[in-house]
Amino acid sequence: MAEALLLHAHKIDHTTRATFAPQHLIEVLTYLKKTLHFDQLLDVTAIDEKPMKMVYILRSHDFIDSYILTTSLDETHTIDSATSLFESAHWLERETYDQYGVHFVGHPNLTRILNHEGFVGHPLRKDYPIAQGQMCHETLDLLPQLQARLESKGILTRQSDGTYSSGSRDIMYLNLGPSHPASHGTIRTFVALEGETIVGAVNEIGYLHRGFEKSCENHTYNQIIPYTDRLNYCSSLANNVAFAKTIEEMLGVTLPDRGIFIRVMLIELSRIIDHLVCLGANLVDLGALTNYWYLFNPRETAYDFLTKLTGARLTNSYMRVGGMAHDLFVGWEEEMKRVLADVEQGMGDTLKLIEHNRIFHDRTQNVGILTPQRVRDFAISGPNARASGVPYDMRKTAPYYYYESFDFDTVLGSVGDVYDRMMVRFEEIRQSIRIIRQIMARIPSGAVSIDDHRIVLPPKPSVYDSIEGTINHFKLIIDGVRVSAQSHYSAIEAVNGELGFFVVSNGSGTPAKVKVKAPSFTAMSAYASMIEGGQIADAIATLGSINIIAGEMDR
Amino acid sequence: MELERPIIEESIDNVIVTRLDSAVNWARESSLWPMVFGTACCAIEFMATTASKYDLSRFGAEVIRFSPRQADLLIVAGTISYKQAPILRQIYAQMPSPKWVISMGACACSGGFYDNYATVQGIDTLIPVDFYVAGCPPRPEALLDAIVALQHSITHPNASKGLAMTCCDDGVCKPCTIGAVHG
Repeated sequence: MAEALLLHAHKIDHTTRATFAPQHLIEVLTYLKKTLHFDQLLDVTAIDEKPMKMVYILRSHDFIDSYILTTSLDETHTIDSATSLFESAHWLERETYDQYGVHFVGHPNLTRILNHEGFVGHPLRKDYPIAQGQMCHETLDLLPQLQARLESKGILTRQSDGTYSSGSRDIMYLNLGPSHPASHGTIRTFVALEGETIVGAVNEIGYLHRGFEKSCENHTYNQIIPYTDRLNYCSSLANNVAFAKTIEEMLGVTLPDRGIFIRVMLIELSRIIDHLVCLGANLVDLGALTNYWYLFNPRETAYDFLTKLTGARLTNSYMRVGGMAHDLFVGWEEEMKRVLADVEQGMGDTLKLIEHNRIFHDRTQNVGILTPQRVRDFAISGPNARASGVPYDMRKTAPYYYYESFDFDTVLGSVGDVYDRMMVRFEEIRQSIRIIRQIMARIPSGAVSIDDHRIVLPPKPSVYDSIEGTINHFKLIIDGVRVSAQSHYSAIEAVNGELGFFVVSNGSGTPAKVKVKAPSFTAMSAYASMIEGGQIADAIATLGSINIIAGEMDR
Repeated sequence: MELERPIIEESIDNVIVTRLDSAVNWARESSLWPMVFGTACCAIEFMATTASKYDLSRFGAEVIRFSPRQADLLIVAGTISYKQAPILRQIYAQMPSPKWVISMGACACSGGFYDNYATVQGIDTLIPVDFYVAGCPPRPEALLDAIVALQHSITHPNASKGLAMTCCDDGVCKPCTIGAVHG
């Protein structure tokens, strides 16, 4: 029955696309989840066209297949909420409401999430002027949200006059962040304490929402690369690759092998240096300051390598649509060997301090547990999923860029606590080092970018000496790379998990829409439920261990 | 610190005579307690500045406080969104005087390339700023440069502020390169 509601279904590789009538949303999603086992809702977003379109991206139980559903809304911009089927829909629908003004019937808390409460209008609507800022004068009072949550847990009872009573229980409220070192300056958590135990928690995000997606709609494809640097700014190059790869797939071009090898090497280097920051900061949050020096110093060696290669330490902007800025520098092998040796040294020193350390074990083991079922409910990916024993690694499940030919292990945890998440990251650093060493042994020679001057800039002598070169250069700079009208979703296994871009092009050099499927966003939506039952100190350890990068979460 | 020759000859080895302002400013200069309002990429470079290689403590400004009530230097490191604006104002108001502000990076200085609905176009629309550091993000050396310039401006009230790497204009130590600030 429900199968007939899916219209125009067609499957290419591992992705099926279909449309449906909006009133059938729940039947369609139930069918996909229960019968076809698409049990993870990765992303929900809208496209501001006439009529307004909704997009749902789902992932199958074995992580191999994707399903992209689209539907057109009528002028009321209303559709049923999917929150009864997918936990991840809670925040994804709030974001779509906030950015596009789509109303989700049955959503328990349909409020703004990225923009502030006083914001008027919906910024990703095409008629919203990009530069029209709106001053915020007050921070949001999270007490009503928290009281509603406590009521649903049976801790508070609502009285006839509308106030809440906790009966004989002594409940204290405490605000954590956003201006707090352990909350990375941008995450606000409001908790209810009974004694020292957190009995209820709610989160507020959006403090680093800086309009990435709107800015994308006003820049050419290559101009967007620097913006992607600043999504997960601890591993900029991985974001560069994820975006460039998406656009290249839309253009139907494939990089030369040397280009692909360089990209894989830089993704894995990014994974290493991102994990170093995450682990170092997490250990500082636990009070283990020395480890921070041990882990951060190898990052400096990596910065030196990246500075030589790209000119920047942190925000590298090295990738281009169709390749990269230039080839590796002469002597890079020696530098890379030094980076890897320093990383191994720093990691070894750190593990000596913590591996058999009773305090570290007591602080991290069985704290902030994320069960495999919750991982799927919240569509969590990356090391956070793998620490819970969920074998979700796109490098293995949907290999790209020759990952199937590299010898490396997927690292899995068994409990899904803070300890597992940290140890998975330590081991992933080792696996990334393995991959980089294989690349150094195998990297082919040749070009690093494709040879199509409608996409990549021609060499400088050609620009100065030939009219074709001049025109190519001019057209590419002024108009950008032209991508034929289509919509496309593509993802890579970035450092925090599946980093995907859903891009809608209209044939011009500027995308009509770019939506980031950010791994930190869904991980953060699970955070409140992870810390309930623990203490404040556990909440701090847990937040550090899920590695929330606000640039990517809030965009 | 500007010292004046002691008047009493026999106590020349034990007494230093100076103005109270100079003594107090000398103490302030050498013991800045920064509070980092780190939100984004710049905060990662701030972390690098405090780590061993760049070692902020060489300049006597390493006692990082995360309570504004214990800090006298606010380093705004990262993009400030409109949603963040009231929090930044409140944090600044909670700092006891005298207090200084360093705006680190393009976003904090001007909104950077986030010229859009979400981003405050420069924190100086919200709070006063003493020094601006260019870069996206600035290298650790650039932040250190601003801190050294700020320290110089504390003991030299007539020194110009604004961009780090500007020279002192009180005529005392011109031409004043950064190397000469401490000399």
